[in-house]
Amino acid sequence: MGDVNRSLTLDGSEQGFATTRVDALLGWARKYSLFAYPFVTACCGMEYMALTSPRYDLARFGAEAPRFSPRQSDLLWVVGTISQRQAPVLKRIYEQMMEPKYVLAFGTCASSGGFYDNYTTVAGIDKVIPTDVYIPGCPPRPEAVMDGLMLLQDRIARNERRPGVVKPRLDPVAEAKALVQIRKSAKDPREVLPAIKTEEARSLVERNGGAK
Amino acid sequence: MSQLALDKLRERFGAVILETHSQFGDDTAVVEPSAWKAVCTFLREDPALDFDMPVDLCGVDYPSRATTGRMEVVMHLYSISQKHRIRLKARVGDEDMDGAELDSVTSIWAGMNWLEREVFDMSGVKFLGHPDLRRILMYPEFEGHPLQKTYPAELTQPLVEYRTEEEAGVPLQKQEPFGPDEGMSFGRRGLPRVETDRD
Repeated sequence: MGDVNRSLTLDGSEQGFATTRVDALLGWARKYSLFAYPFVTACCGMEYMALTSPRYDLARFGAEAPRFSPRQSDLLWVVGTISQRQAPVLKRIYEQMMEPKYVLAFGTCASSGGFYDNYTTVAGIDKVIPTDVYIPGCPPRPEAVMDGLMLLQDRIARNERRPGVVKPRLDPVAEAKALVQIRKSAKDPREVLPAIKTEEARSLVERNGGAK
Repeated sequence: MSQLALDKLRERFGAVILETHSQFGDDTAVVEPSAWKAVCTFLREDPALDFDMPVDLCGVDYPSRATTGRMEVVMHLYSISQKHRIRLKARVGDEDMDGAELDSVTSIWAGMNWLEREVFDMSGVKFLGHPDLRRILMYPEFEGHPLQKTYPAELTQPLVEYRTEEEAGVPLQKQEPFGPDEGMSFGRRGLPRVETDRD
């Protein structure tokens, strides 16, 4: 809501007014009224259920209302593996949605096909429909999906359609390197700490302190 | 486990039973493809055997065995009343999968209907006398049979045209998913398997 706030002008009387740019106002409004169409095909659906249930509570982000008609929804959640046989259906669903419409690839399979690199699987839904946000993970944790949703909302508010990828909170490469270092060193694991670049991996080493 | 079924089969059919073994307690009989249905009928109807439950049917491709039958159709049966199992195999088809045909056993076990369709779809074995031999997993437009070893591993047959990178404005090509030291041991995409610390 930054743009709206900055240009807000009130003179203290009942005749007050506010000014903003129309696109900024529209973006701000759209960002918190995402009607979701869940296209759930695989195991990521379990994580999607967790996400929409009270524990993670997607309603906080104004994106919880599911609409099982593409004509009434503006955010397509593609949750799970898309096979070649499903691809025409997915494309049809996307085409039926009203503008402005957004697509979110939930999980590695929807993002890239995952490890299904074979005759039956579409290697990422972006081969068929435009995709706004990719959330890697097999399945992604609900926190990662919320990161993805906030990333999308940020893009919507700034009226930007460049695709975004959710970054992992832990860098798996740094993490793996740190663990290998711990395993190899016969000394106190904390001695390898200066060699570790990222904050996350360092905290991981600290947590695993004595464990070898 | 139970030699009974194998003994009975050998006694009843003789040379039609090409070989038998009970490795790891799994009774297995390899039968002449022409006798496939007769053997199945016998296994189903003999009261002491009474194989009333078709468990599974699948095709295994051995391109190197083109002379004796390249595609091995494997059937697993279970008897609920007698509590025993048997595995039947039949080798069909030459190197071009010519003559890869078997008699359908849907008249013996109705449950074999979809299993035979699956073997037809995936491996390309024709089941003669099947009431509805269509593809069951792949789409009708699909050409070839993906579980034949001759099907190219990376060949896809998309139903919708893929978007081009110009149209999308972003790179769409999938990144190499595995580094040289990761992934499957048989060297996916021609990458040789590399020795690592984990080995």
